Amino acid sequence: MAAMAPGGASGSDIYKGNAVKLLLPTWLVIGVFLLIPVMLMAVYSFLTKEFRGGVIWEFTLTAYDQFFLNRGLFGDDPASIEWTYIGIFWRSIWQAGLATILCLLIGFPTAWFIATRDARMRTVWLLIVTVPYWVNLLIRTVSMKFLIRDEGPLNAALMWSGIIDAPLGIINTNLAVQLGLFYSYLPFMVLPVYAAVERYDFSLSEAAADLYASRWTILRLVILPVVKPGIIAGCILVFVPSLGAFLAPDLLGGAKSFMIGSLIEEQFKGAAGNWPFGAASAMILMAIVMIVLLAYARSQTRETRT
Amino acid sequence: MNKFLATSLVALTASAAQAQELKLYNWFEYMPQELLDAFTEETGIAVTMDTYDSNESLLASLKAGKLGAYDIAVPGDYMVKILADEGMLDTFAPEEMPNLGNIETQWLTVPFDEGRKSSVPYQWGSTSFAVNREVFDGDIQDTAIIFDPPEELAGKINVLDTSGELLTLASMHLGIPQCTSDREQLKALNALVTGAKPDWASFGSDVAKDVLTSGDAAAGMIWSGFAAKARGEGAPIEYAFPRQGVIVWMDNLALLKDAPNRDSALAFMNFMLEPENAATLTNYAQYSAGVTGVTEFLDPEVADSPEANPPEGTKTVFVEACPEDIQVMYDAIWTNLKK
Amino acid sequence: MSGGMKQLDLRRFPGFFAITLACVAVLYAPLMVVAVYSVNESTSITRWGGFSLAWYADVFTGPESPKFQRAAMNSIIIAVLAGTGATIIATSAAVAMHRAGRFRAKTATFALINLPLMVPEVVTAVASLIFFTAIGFSGGIGTILLAHLTFCIPFAYLPIAARMQSISDSYEQAAMDLYATPREAFRLILLPLMRPGIFSGFLLAFIISLDDFLITNFVKGAGVETLPTAIFGAVKQGIKPNIMAISTLMLGVSVAFVTLSWLIGRSGQKTQ
Repeated sequence: MAAMAPGGASGSDIYKGNAVKLLLPTWLVIGVFLLIPVMLMAVYSFLTKEFRGGVIWEFTLTAYDQFFLNRGLFGDDPASIEWTYIGIFWRSIWQAGLATILCLLIGFPTAWFIATRDARMRTVWLLIVTVPYWVNLLIRTVSMKFLIRDEGPLNAALMWSGIIDAPLGIINTNLAVQLGLFYSYLPFMVLPVYAAVERYDFSLSEAAADLYASRWTILRLVILPVVKPGIIAGCILVFVPSLGAFLAPDLLGGAKSFMIGSLIEEQFKGAAGNWPFGAASAMILMAIVMIVLLAYARSQTRETRT
Repeated sequence: MNKFLATSLVALTASAAQAQELKLYNWFEYMPQELLDAFTEETGIAVTMDTYDSNESLLASLKAGKLGAYDIAVPGDYMVKILADEGMLDTFAPEEMPNLGNIETQWLTVPFDEGRKSSVPYQWGSTSFAVNREVFDGDIQDTAIIFDPPEELAGKINVLDTSGELLTLASMHLGIPQCTSDREQLKALNALVTGAKPDWASFGSDVAKDVLTSGDAAAGMIWSGFAAKARGEGAPIEYAFPRQGVIVWMDNLALLKDAPNRDSALAFMNFMLEPENAATLTNYAQYSAGVTGVTEFLDPEVADSPEANPPEGTKTVFVEACPEDIQVMYDAIWTNLKK
Repeated sequence: MSGGMKQLDLRRFPGFFAITLACVAVLYAPLMVVAVYSVNESTSITRWGGFSLAWYADVFTGPESPKFQRAAMNSIIIAVLAGTGATIIATSAAVAMHRAGRFRAKTATFALINLPLMVPEVVTAVASLIFFTAIGFSGGIGTILLAHLTFCIPFAYLPIAARMQSISDSYEQAAMDLYATPREAFRLILLPLMRPGIFSGFLLAFIISLDDFLITNFVKGAGVETLPTAIFGAVKQGIKPNIMAISTLMLGVSVAFVTLSWLIGRSGQKTQ
């Protein structure tokens, strides 16, 4: 059985024939309220820009040309490959990837710990992890900034205790952005991993232990493959939103360089007012993410078949 | 005042059928709630206010479909011109605005709204930079503080995250005109900002005050009222009026096209031209009103603030809205700076 | 415990508890700052002006208090409705994707479900506003709710689907062998097994909705505020103490919520 979407053990078809009924709400809601607007944006990316925002309904490839081809500051040099936007994309992908790894390294043990509590405490722990998110992301990010700034409490405490002599100087660095992204998206890793780990059957571990597997071997060879769907879901939920994040890069990183999110925002809300280019950048971003997701879905299919 | 009451009575009878309301679209943190309450008390018109964070995002949301949802917006000078050119502003006749005469002469005839047909002054102020005097006590009356900083300040500078103001100040530093099409000048501008970037710690507009009060930055581009507030919060900073000049701007109450409550809008614009009300706003925002007779209502520390009182002979420059073919090059410089 | 001599507690890994504690510390440290400065007399975050509850009074009696209270109410209502709606839609989609065998458009559906994650926020914001305007929906709570419902779906779907993948259908098959209808098999067998996933999905959808600023700010009608749109300005320019008081109160409400759920859970256990 090939479950096309992230499949694993669930190639079941006991509700076969109900797919349309079950999926109708999804198709309707996302199809109407997001797919149609996004398709409009896809069309915009091929239209002529109207000065200071908006579009003129004339077909052109200018937006994509601007993204991939460099024609110099004045637009009349011979065309060569434009590295500016590719560089911005690369930087964002790299940052988002690091943040995802960080979230996984911290989030997996946390999810594991929570999932191995008794039923009542599990709920409490889950809420403990999500409660901070009742406070707005902007407030959390600004407080984080306050905490790590050179004259803030963190540096004061470290200097007072004699661990460091001078402020760490984290603010306005990539490290601060990492910390911000980690802080923004941690529960997006913890919760799906938890949902998968909670289901884990410990007799598998026991069987492995009977075969004299060490604790860490069990983790690597037995547990991780079983809870993989949760880890993948968590990685998607952290990585994709991190790609377009702009609060952490702006507030903690000092906004010195565009990230994908701020680049696109600038096209719609900034002085450039270049909607087709903003739309084209978004389409390219979505194409990249889509290819990765579908490649993953396909690899799942192959795995299930073999 | 009587004139005003008369107009609001006219407004009242004109739309007595519906509940009186006003939909205001304003910058965030730019309007004291007390003033809105006073307006409601005086006229019976309920005010709802939404906020935006830049001239450009105002334009974007109006373009995407919000035109017709609001009566009044508060665009800056060049944005008034852009909105008018885009056909997004309505006009009023002088007799609809009895308090038009309260506007200071220099703000009555302005290039961005000739003869004040669509907008009235809200607040005006200047943009330059402020320096932490505990970190640097040398001469700060020069734009080199930002673009070629002394050792004490290098790496501790915040600049505004808007291309218009940053590139204009940079042009003033170089002594070149705005919206130039001269390639050598544009190249020099590009080289100046990319060369100065390593000396800048951060780009930020909303945080411009916060970074100075917290000590994250030792110098920073900032708006005059913001600098005054930072100083009021105890930051040891001085706002500079560099010899190259300062950027001057004016935000305006502009009557939007398709305003659902045009009469309420006119009543509100008139209300804000009353010296007492303009002064309340100025005491809050700490810029300047552009209306005559406000001085007696001002808090003394606002009236005498060094930020709002440039020394005699300070050069002033408005940010210009460049034509499309030239704006493209400034956009390219900006992208190049932040890539 | 099997394993003979080794006596391994296979549920434990050395260091996991420490990491969890560190994780909680990182999550709460910035909020401690918020709580401490909400009782700061001074208006500036950087200066301590002595203890004062004035800002809490301001939340309830200040000139902007009606606005904030309405906004907080709107936010919670929207987050509950959008979170619940998205969770129901996502659960139904997860069942289709993992229990309905192969069908055409499965890949496309998977892409569609994840679409809200992939579209950059500002693009969703502008495109939604253009779309709503074009079809004549005027901005208000309704447009905010529709937009939130849409972007919450993948956040609810992914944990739920991850959970479903690890549940084999043998339990339902067994139930159906005993003449349970598919509907009963779902309600009595699958749904209880899916519960942790559904709960996780709802929590994520809820906090995502509660947090959204950009999209809300574009599609909302004049004067309709959610908490993020109401406080945005006062935070962006450096948080004001009254905002810290509001946030601390929100935190207080959610802590009360946690305690309540703990108590309910405990009494539930006792009666079992």
